[in-house]
Amino acid sequence: MSKILVKEVSKIFGDNPQEALKRLEKGESKNQILEDTGMTVGVNRASFDVNEGEIFVIMGLSGSGKSTLIRLINRLIEPTSGEILIDGQNIVKMNTNELIEIRRKKLGMVFQKFALLPHRTILDNVEYGLEIQGVPKEERAKKALETLATVGLKGYEDQRPNQLSGGMQQRVGLARALANDTDILLMDEAFSALDPLIRKDMQDELLTLQESLKKTILFITHDLDEALKLGDRIAIMKDGRIVQIGTPEEILTTPENDYVSTFVQDVDRSKVLIASQVMKKPDIVAIWKEGASRAIRRMDEKGISSIFVVDKQHKLKGLLTIDAAIEALKEGGWVEEILVQDFPVTSPDTPLHELIGIAIDTKYPIAVVEGEKLVGIIVRVSILSGLALGK
Amino acid sequence: MNYFYFPLEEWTNRFVNNWLLPVLGGFFGIISDYISAFLGGIEAFLIWTPPEIIALVFVLIAWRTVGKGMALFTIIGLLFIGSVDLWEDAMRTLAIVSVATFFSIIVGVPLGIWSGKSEMVGRILRPILDFMQTLPSFVYLIPTILLFGIGGVSAVIATFVFAAPPAVRLTHLGIKQVPEDVIEAARAFGSTSWQMLAKVQFPLALPTIMAGVNQTILLALSMAVIASMIGAPGLGSVVLTGISRVNVGMGLVGGLGIVVLAIILDRITEALGKPRES
Repeated sequence: MSKILVKEVSKIFGDNPQEALKRLEKGESKNQILEDTGMTVGVNRASFDVNEGEIFVIMGLSGSGKSTLIRLINRLIEPTSGEILIDGQNIVKMNTNELIEIRRKKLGMVFQKFALLPHRTILDNVEYGLEIQGVPKEERAKKALETLATVGLKGYEDQRPNQLSGGMQQRVGLARALANDTDILLMDEAFSALDPLIRKDMQDELLTLQESLKKTILFITHDLDEALKLGDRIAIMKDGRIVQIGTPEEILTTPENDYVSTFVQDVDRSKVLIASQVMKKPDIVAIWKEGASRAIRRMDEKGISSIFVVDKQHKLKGLLTIDAAIEALKEGGWVEEILVQDFPVTSPDTPLHELIGIAIDTKYPIAVVEGEKLVGIIVRVSILSGLALGK
Repeated sequence: MNYFYFPLEEWTNRFVNNWLLPVLGGFFGIISDYISAFLGGIEAFLIWTPPEIIALVFVLIAWRTVGKGMALFTIIGLLFIGSVDLWEDAMRTLAIVSVATFFSIIVGVPLGIWSGKSEMVGRILRPILDFMQTLPSFVYLIPTILLFGIGGVSAVIATFVFAAPPAVRLTHLGIKQVPEDVIEAARAFGSTSWQMLAKVQFPLALPTIMAGVNQTILLALSMAVIASMIGAPGLGSVVLTGISRVNVGMGLVGGLGIVVLAIILDRITEALGKPRES
């Protein structure tokens, strides 16, 4: 059984929603209805289902109705028509008490603008959901502390929301939703207000958390990259309508109409990205003058089996493998001949798609060299993550 | 412009003489008795308590909520009131202001919350509040005397009419100002409407509500002289006597006493309204 089942749900904002519904059924467009009647179609007969333990992403540009749609699920906005079944129960038919109960027990929510209570401490914010259910102070504080630790905010309990950065505030928002132990998490553009690096961290962390939590997550975003990264399945929305539902692969390979394909077009990043955008800074290198033992220690620290060797001017001399380095240390043969020279070399402005073949063939990292100096290192992972994330 | 005559004056008088006084007079009499007992009790308590203890309490509150400077001003201000021999009058004024403020809060804050939650209530209340604040106070002093008699009770009622509106208005504003996204989050987690009010809206509106209370107190003090015209005792009546006897010094002394009380009460309530930094 689906965890969430949405059947033909519509939302009309205006004075006479029934008339607008009729017009929708006749096939009139959102714009036409707005022009004729002044009513806004928020969501137009959307149907989808979310399976237990799945991350289902609803993707659309602003004005596509995605934020309205997620609010229909927990009835922060009342649907005009249609059914929404949570574990088989129709939430649309529930009375106020039942609605409050299902929000408390089954539907956690994370908001784009965090929406923390500014007058409460971080701990009290995370406790909020349990507090209103009448859970005793000690028990809920214990639960809140655990949840805060899960999202990496141990030690921040007594701060206020405005003392925390955006990324941390959203962790609190996530912890607040997790503390209630609901099966379902509704995430409304949860990472959209964060800057790109923090955003990527949060996405990674959500995926890690999800491995152990196995929540059913409905995630809203306007960012296709985020949708592709997080979604087990993705629904693409336009003008209140769901235009395609599918796995990331299906969306990428068989876009159902022009609208989806224009989105997906931009995704082939291997043609757009260049080496300097995916390379790592060459901060893990050995300096030739410092000798074998130092180079071994560097490799040991970083857990790698080979290291680029440069001179004081950062000019690339070659690649040192751990075996060669140990041998040199034993035999005392710290000469340039032990360095490997047949690693691939590229320039910073090489397009990524030219590097894919090289990365597959070589067993060494690719050195990015500009004017004999080592400016970056590309390993296979950086290419793949570059393709997936655009960075 | 007199195309026809509108007998509002006659109608009003007929309403007051034939209906309001004979039918509801007893009812207002009972209310009057209760307020009178309440006011009398507070006034008696303030006068019975040794001035040094009241002064000490004020200084401590000023020190804890505002700071050393304000504590010093409070000492000097209260010494001044004592030394011009107006302590009892000041306590009488304080009693009227306290009771009027108390009624303003217990009526005004709930009305403000209600109007903040319901558009319709807000729309009905607004012209009434405008009316209360702009109608010259002498106009309602007359029926107030008819219904409640001369003295402190009428002063409390008249002061209430003038001073309650900011409590309603600023509570309304405070509730309205609570960010929509925070309300939405509280709803999403399953708050009942009572929990929403008690745990989210009211605490977030509190600084604004306290600003309203502060305004209420100041307006109540500013009514002291007018209230003395309907027989309210206190600093206002000192000023009034000063005016009627052309005694400039007496008027100044009473007026300064009101100012001192106003500054002390204003600074303390202002500081109470500010969210405390942790």
